[in-house]
Amino acid sequence: MKQTILLGALLVALIGLVALPWFAPYFYIFIVTEILIMGLFAASFNLVFGYTGMLSFGHAAFFGVGCYATAMTLLHLKWPFLYCLVLSVGAGALLALVIGFFSVRLNEVYFAMLTLAFGMMVFSVAHHWRSVTNGSDGIAGFTLGDFGLGLDLTLGNPAVYYHVVLVFVVVAAAVLYLIGRSSFGMILQAIRQNPERVAFCGLNVRSYRLAAFTLGGAFAGLAGGLMAPFLRVASPEMLHWSTSAEPVLMSILGGTGYFLGPFVGSAMFILLETWITSITQAWMLFLGIVLALMVMFFRRGLLGTFLDWWLERK
Amino acid sequence: MSEPILSIQDLTKHFGGNAAVSGITLDVQPRETLAIIGPNGAGKTTFYNMVSGRMTPTRGKVLLDGRDITGLPPHRISRLGVSRSFQINNIFTEMTVRENVEVALAALHHHSRRWFNLASRDTVLQEEAQALLDRLSIGGLAERRAGVISYGDKRLLEIAVVLATRPRLVLLDEPTAGMTPDETRRVTGLVKSLADSGDYTFLITEHDMEVVFSLADRILVMHRGEALVVGTPEEVRRHPEVRRAYLGEEDEEQQEAGA
Repeated sequence: MKQTILLGALLVALIGLVALPWFAPYFYIFIVTEILIMGLFAASFNLVFGYTGMLSFGHAAFFGVGCYATAMTLLHLKWPFLYCLVLSVGAGALLALVIGFFSVRLNEVYFAMLTLAFGMMVFSVAHHWRSVTNGSDGIAGFTLGDFGLGLDLTLGNPAVYYHVVLVFVVVAAAVLYLIGRSSFGMILQAIRQNPERVAFCGLNVRSYRLAAFTLGGAFAGLAGGLMAPFLRVASPEMLHWSTSAEPVLMSILGGTGYFLGPFVGSAMFILLETWITSITQAWMLFLGIVLALMVMFFRRGLLGTFLDWWLERK
Repeated sequence: MSEPILSIQDLTKHFGGNAAVSGITLDVQPRETLAIIGPNGAGKTTFYNMVSGRMTPTRGKVLLDGRDITGLPPHRISRLGVSRSFQINNIFTEMTVRENVEVALAALHHHSRRWFNLASRDTVLQEEAQALLDRLSIGGLAERRAGVISYGDKRLLEIAVVLATRPRLVLLDEPTAGMTPDETRRVTGLVKSLADSGDYTFLITEHDMEVVFSLADRILVMHRGEALVVGTPEEVRRHPEVRRAYLGEEDEEQQEAGA
């Protein structure tokens, strides 16, 4: 019964998202586009954190490298958008494989610090390697051409681009969700709860952690690729450690225990930011208050707290 | 005498200047049950940690079926057929009881590499897990969350997870510690029937002398990291040094068992 209600609610939300451009002002099309992309970024992080139990502080590296990959191929090679995104996924995965190779052998705070250190290195490269990355100005001035696959889409139209983002995010989220529900996903959750017992069951915990980290990097790369045309720029800020904090905050706001938690967190984060900055410049103060309240009283996040309560109820 | 399944040669572990385990040499025969007794701090758990790959010995060798496994990581040693339980419950508390066993079975059958199946529809693993839980008389708890079942049931669940890896050599670390007399009888009966099945070789550390004498084919007495005596229960019982160093302190040991 409750399963059916949840599925129904999800379906209604999806229909609402598809129909959004027909009833919402342009401003909210931009906002929801950003929520979707950042939600995917946060969900890719949550595979690493919420599922596997590794608190990464360098996840922006994969998001940023995905963004640069799409921006640079659009600028220099003028590839169809779809191929740019495939490249972004590959770039995110490859960078995560390299950083993960060194990081996943460490635990807890050491893992967090090492991912942070790698993230800062990647930021620094993008910031200082002017001849390739254009330094702090970033990669701009690229235009979207074809989508690819012979599809005739006017990607420059924000409503069309919104729908493209929606399709990519929904499909990517479905894939991530199914991975989480697979036997492999079960092992990842077992590793979060008790890595030692998993090792004594005969599995190389390090390889599974690396696989999760690389997958997280691939999906973060996709989110970055989708972000480039939206922002019309790939800048070093996207690689900054403060950007790595965003999926952490979003996951905690929405809740790490349910798959859609990071998406809900992304919506909370971006809507609060939008509404509060229109009233006062001190939005970080309010975010801090909300975050502190969540961590002190609703540790399972907004979605997690609600679903826990609702599913327990008779 | 047949080839030993486990051969320990001069096994030694130093922590700083202290020898936690010192020069243990021992052969374990297939299908025997060897109990390891000794006061807390005698080095029993450190000994287990070296055999199971959790710690690398300072000196000495561990041979499994004549093959040197010294210093291999735990997952490799597990794959070779050695599994262990821990003194403190070591299960997946947020999963259901049956999922705990499914994790071990997924590892065993390499389902753990499947990225695109639905674990909740993996009936092969579920049935095998259920059968194992039934055998350990906790089948009725299969759908409960592992973190909320009773202490004794958690210990049984850990044994189920240990057995799910299909080990030939099973290391149990104080399996009855903290259990009620009734639960202790259940575990003792279980280990006895498993040992009688002839599929397993058991090493058991235990403080409860009644359990030790009812299960063990041989007993290793450890004292301050060294092997004091190895012998049949009767030999150990009669050994004057053992009586003085250990058996006389039995009650005290039981009180410390939970530590």
